[in-house]
Amino acid sequence: MPIDTTTQKFEADVLKADKPVVVDFWAEWCGPCRMISPILAELAEEYRDKITVAKVNVDQEPDLAMQFGVTGIPLLGVFQGGKMVKQLVGARPKAALVEELAEFLK
Amino acid sequence: MREVIIIGSGPAGYTAAIYAARAQLNPLLIASSVEPGGELMKTTEVENYPGFPEGLMGPDLMANFQAQAERFGTEILFDDVVEVDLKGETKVVKTGAGETFEAKSVIISTGAAYRELGLPKEKELSGHGVSWCATCDGFFFRDKVIAVVGGGDSAMEEANFLTKFASKVYIIHRRDSLKASKIMQQRSFDNPKIEFIWNSAVAELKGDAKLEGVVLEDTQTGEKTDLALEGLFIAIGNDPRVDLVENQVELTPDRFIKVDGRTSKTSLPGVFASGDVIDPTYRQAITAAGSGCVAALDAEHYLSSLQGE
Repeated sequence: MPIDTTTQKFEADVLKADKPVVVDFWAEWCGPCRMISPILAELAEEYRDKITVAKVNVDQEPDLAMQFGVTGIPLLGVFQGGKMVKQLVGARPKAALVEELAEFLK
Repeated sequence: MREVIIIGSGPAGYTAAIYAARAQLNPLLIASSVEPGGELMKTTEVENYPGFPEGLMGPDLMANFQAQAERFGTEILFDDVVEVDLKGETKVVKTGAGETFEAKSVIISTGAAYRELGLPKEKELSGHGVSWCATCDGFFFRDKVIAVVGGGDSAMEEANFLTKFASKVYIIHRRDSLKASKIMQQRSFDNPKIEFIWNSAVAELKGDAKLEGVVLEDTQTGEKTDLALEGLFIAIGNDPRVDLVENQVELTPDRFIKVDGRTSKTSLPGVFASGDVIDPTYRQAITAAGSGCVAALDAEHYLSSLQGE
């Protein structure tokens, strides 16, 4: 299951995590975000040993969105060692996501 | 074996499905996994689709299309077509989930994909100032100075929508007149937050972690000027999505699927095409829908001619 993270929990949930964390910046009103949400839930389950999926609701957590300069969603940021090391903007099919995230899923 | 498979779920695909379903061809419509509904899913108010005098939201219109197609028995699959083999009498369609379907006929309504500027850093800055979807991303530009590139209806619609958030919206256009409909032009001219920058193209994107501005090039004189911006929305048109079929059906020199006259017939028997993927000119929801109807009727005719043999 993806976790819902917040400004308060972000350091523990994401920056200090042992595994790579795929952070999904999303909002209720964003159609493409709704389309990829179930795909991310599947990835969180299928690759639970490799990655964590964390969700940031940009309406509720505008500071986090601002901190990472997010101006477009869905934006998936992969965090490793406390830094965003990769980002993907826009919805894409599951196979394409798995391919783009391959280095973190091995 | 199925009678007909429809690839795509915009107005063309769903209209083809409505007609094919009513002709009892039990169509399978493959809608895509993350972009079902097509272009209109990204628009706000649709005011020119006949039958809705008050206008309606793009996603609501597409939900209606889908419901109408389902009402007559269209089977809809929310997956992506990754490979097709259309040459033989039996058409083969493979999906991202690994399923293979066979049909006697196929209707291609894959639409068009937004065009990129083709500038360095465009990819890195997307989601950090560079965007293709005003309705998705406008929210992030409250009280900011931003620009829209383009001169068509979608550029005007995006610019007007974005004035709800932004303090100022420039429209950057390479010519000195607009392709957009008169009503959309007037709305943009009348909007106090919109300012036009004519005869200009974006030559460079500035900023590293986020967009900080652009370099504009005058399309007449070549003179370059800087413009500070926090957001840039790109609405410079679309390219037909033909990668699935480009080596199998004939294309036009502009890379649209070539169809025979006013029909939807491609260079391959049993393969029909409709909507933006065949249309370099009109590209409206209503023309796409009409074109989807044509494709279903052509497919129906083709299928009955097979039975006659």
